[in-house]
Amino acid sequence: MLKGSAKRAAVAPYVIWSALFVIIPILLVIYYSLTMETDGKLVFSWANYARAFQPTYIDVMLRSGRLALISTAACLLIGYPVAYIMASREFENRSFLLFLFLVPMWMNFLLRTYSWLALLENNGILNTFLSGIGLPKLALLYTNKAVVLGMVYNFLPFMILPIYTVLKKMDHSLIEAAQDLGADSRNVFFRLVLPLSTPGVISGITMVFMPAVTTFIISDLLGGSKSMLIGNLIEQQFMKVSDWNFGSAMSMILMGVVLVLFTVFTMVDKDGEGGALY
Amino acid sequence: MGERLIDLIDVCKVFGQTTVLNHINLFIVKNKFLTLLGPSGCGKTTTLRIIGGFETPTAGDLLFEGKSILNLPPHKRKVNTVFQRYALFPNMNVADNIAFGLRIKKVKADVINGKVNEMLRLVNLRGFGKRPVASLSGGQQQRVAIARALVNEPEVLLLDEPLGALDLKLRKEMQIELKNMQQKLGITFVYVTHDQEEALTMSDTVAVMNAGEIQQIGAPEDIYNEPKNAFVANFIGESNILGGVMPEDYRVVFAGNTFECVDRGFEKDEEVDVVIRPEDVRIVESGKGQLTGIVRTVIFKGVHYEMLIDMKNGDFEFLWKAHSTVMSEKGSAVGMVIAPDLIHVMRK
Amino acid sequence: MKHLKRAYLALMIVFMYAPIIVLMVFSFNRSKSRANWGGFTLGWYSELFKDPKILSALYTTLSVAVLSALIAAVLGTAAAVGIDSMKSRGRRIMMTVTNIPVVNPDIVMGVSLMLLYIFLFNAFSFLRLQLGYATLLLAHVSFNVPYVILSVLPKLRRMDDHLFEAALDLGAPPFKSFYKVILPEIMPGVVTGAMLAFTMSVDDFVVSFFTTGAGVENLSVLIYSMARRGINPKINALSTLMFAFVLILLYLINRSDTSKQRKGERELNEADY
Repeated sequence: MLKGSAKRAAVAPYVIWSALFVIIPILLVIYYSLTMETDGKLVFSWANYARAFQPTYIDVMLRSGRLALISTAACLLIGYPVAYIMASREFENRSFLLFLFLVPMWMNFLLRTYSWLALLENNGILNTFLSGIGLPKLALLYTNKAVVLGMVYNFLPFMILPIYTVLKKMDHSLIEAAQDLGADSRNVFFRLVLPLSTPGVISGITMVFMPAVTTFIISDLLGGSKSMLIGNLIEQQFMKVSDWNFGSAMSMILMGVVLVLFTVFTMVDKDGEGGALY
Repeated sequence: MGERLIDLIDVCKVFGQTTVLNHINLFIVKNKFLTLLGPSGCGKTTTLRIIGGFETPTAGDLLFEGKSILNLPPHKRKVNTVFQRYALFPNMNVADNIAFGLRIKKVKADVINGKVNEMLRLVNLRGFGKRPVASLSGGQQQRVAIARALVNEPEVLLLDEPLGALDLKLRKEMQIELKNMQQKLGITFVYVTHDQEEALTMSDTVAVMNAGEIQQIGAPEDIYNEPKNAFVANFIGESNILGGVMPEDYRVVFAGNTFECVDRGFEKDEEVDVVIRPEDVRIVESGKGQLTGIVRTVIFKGVHYEMLIDMKNGDFEFLWKAHSTVMSEKGSAVGMVIAPDLIHVMRK
Repeated sequence: MKHLKRAYLALMIVFMYAPIIVLMVFSFNRSKSRANWGGFTLGWYSELFKDPKILSALYTTLSVAVLSALIAAVLGTAAAVGIDSMKSRGRRIMMTVTNIPVVNPDIVMGVSLMLLYIFLFNAFSFLRLQLGYATLLLAHVSFNVPYVILSVLPKLRRMDDHLFEAALDLGAPPFKSFYKVILPEIMPGVVTGAMLAFTMSVDDFVVSFFTTGAGVENLSVLIYSMARRGINPKINALSTLMFAFVLILLYLINRSDTSKQRKGERELNEADY
């Protein structure tokens, strides 16, 4: 049929584009990760992957996972109440409140993170404030705590938004039905609202954990010498020490972890009710 | 008359600029079936939600067994609700939905099991316990909603247009089933509907509401036969409603004629509404009736013919609705007779 | 309880805005330090427009964003139309490919594109190509196209399948049928996708970092290169201006949206008591 083929022909440029700019680049990463440069030639080798499992690098990966996990948990604990309060019917201008939480994302990500330097520094704003009210200073900057803070700060809206979307969509008569059947507010929350909001929670977790585990800027700007994450390691291999083979192997590992997690999360939220950003 | 269970005293509700309830006074008798009937927007659902505890009245009081329960939150009231669109919990299966109220009360698991099964049997859903609620048909979800409320053995069951989403046949069946259930269990039902036939079929008492006010409260027969005003007459069944004048007791002038009637106690020449049910218009040969008209349409309705009769009497024109078991030709002239006791005269 | 909730929201809003306010305040700081207040000045705002490096970065950011959004809109819309007409298996493959740039970590996308560019430069070494504006733009188009496709596809799916066929049946050639019949229907999706693409592009640092070179810098890359030495308050001034601009724009859009929404809600409320 002509009409079908006319439509299908429209996809051709995109097929070529994604082959060139999506598929081939990934194949190149795989190729580099499985080779070593010997006498100016690339020779097949597992060595890059073997090296990735040396204790130093295992440490980096574990740290990445740990910090991302802590940040995700913190975002959930901080963000769920925000979403819950905003979605409750108590406030008039709910969309404006949500808007307030999304607006900061329109400021350059690097600058926002960099701003935390001024806040966290030894003689920075936070410490001036703390000593002003007679509290001890906090030496947060250039520690893993600062990295977690930066992650929470940057990714919190990704947690709030999907949870808010699910909670707002929730049929209010369900809550009334639960109250009608004798549930007090605690029971309503734990037996009904929380279970019904799991799709939003799962999307939130996905959308926070993924960028947190792959970031290198936050750790670069706010972290110290002991805050190296997988992202920093990859960046170094490509931009500083020019070991593209090892960098590629680390990239493959990171990509594998992210894809596996993403698949697991999408399977858990199989109805796609999560209201994710994309 | 039985014991008063719930009293609404001078209840008013204002949303923003709109007055939704305007001084509602109503009592609900124990173990009876009360229906709040009225068009959409009349305040019937708001009344129900006030009893359930989901709305607080702007003014007035709500008594349960003589004590005010206005400050009691919904989860502490001895009433349960069947919601309009059922509001079944989508994260639980049928049995868990029904067990919800009992689990909150920390009833023992084996007792819960027994009661849930008993309820499933009552609503004809035996074997459906493990099914997710989304897999049920509308009628089945309806039954689960009823079971979920009834298992808590409430003093009062509030039903908010519970049959609205069902098709006609199922609705008729459920009307009978609900009525049977109410009589068997001896629970007070407060039922909200806009369907007058449903109200008349099921209720012990009907409260007809319009624009935030109760128009008439009474047994279905009384409401149908003795509507208090033009709104009730028009809303309950079909009616011919005409403007008229009462020159003296037992005499009413309308449609350009003077008729005998059974009403009295009006002021001289008071303007009134006259209501005549279509089935109370008797069709006779042309010239032999009190009124004459031309048949415009004839529709066969099974037990009777439904006719629209175009009447002209001097300046006065009116399109009458009449039911007759005798067929008249379209376009023919017919006479109409109305017996004195079938003329309902109401103050404007 | 309500006060507690308000206080919590307020605290969170302070948390979200604290760095932004700090940044804005320092754009008026006479001193170059990020810790000390040296008095109020508007100097950075006027100097900003004399700094060729910042202006060229701003130009790169905006032109790459506009161009990549436009190219992505055309490429993505055509792709979405094609994907929508495909059978289930082909469609599944194309959707998987489309989702790769969305799910794949930025950094992996960045290094993979860098490897591709270097590989091509070596293969065509006689052309003496190097990383720069073109490679940056191509990279941005690559991560933007999926957002256009994902915005347009739902609109296509909601459209009546026979519209296109009816247009063909009435004698319009395929491209004209598309232009006259399908495009107006899916335009909201195309616009959403293009706007999303524009913001993704303005916001991007990681992919740009790996795919640009030869002195071509967008704002993110410039800021990163400055971060170690200390960010020039001129950047703060520029960001304050851009932020204020976006804020006003968003406020206007949001206000027209909420007034529509409020009206809708009111009608809904009045529908049934």
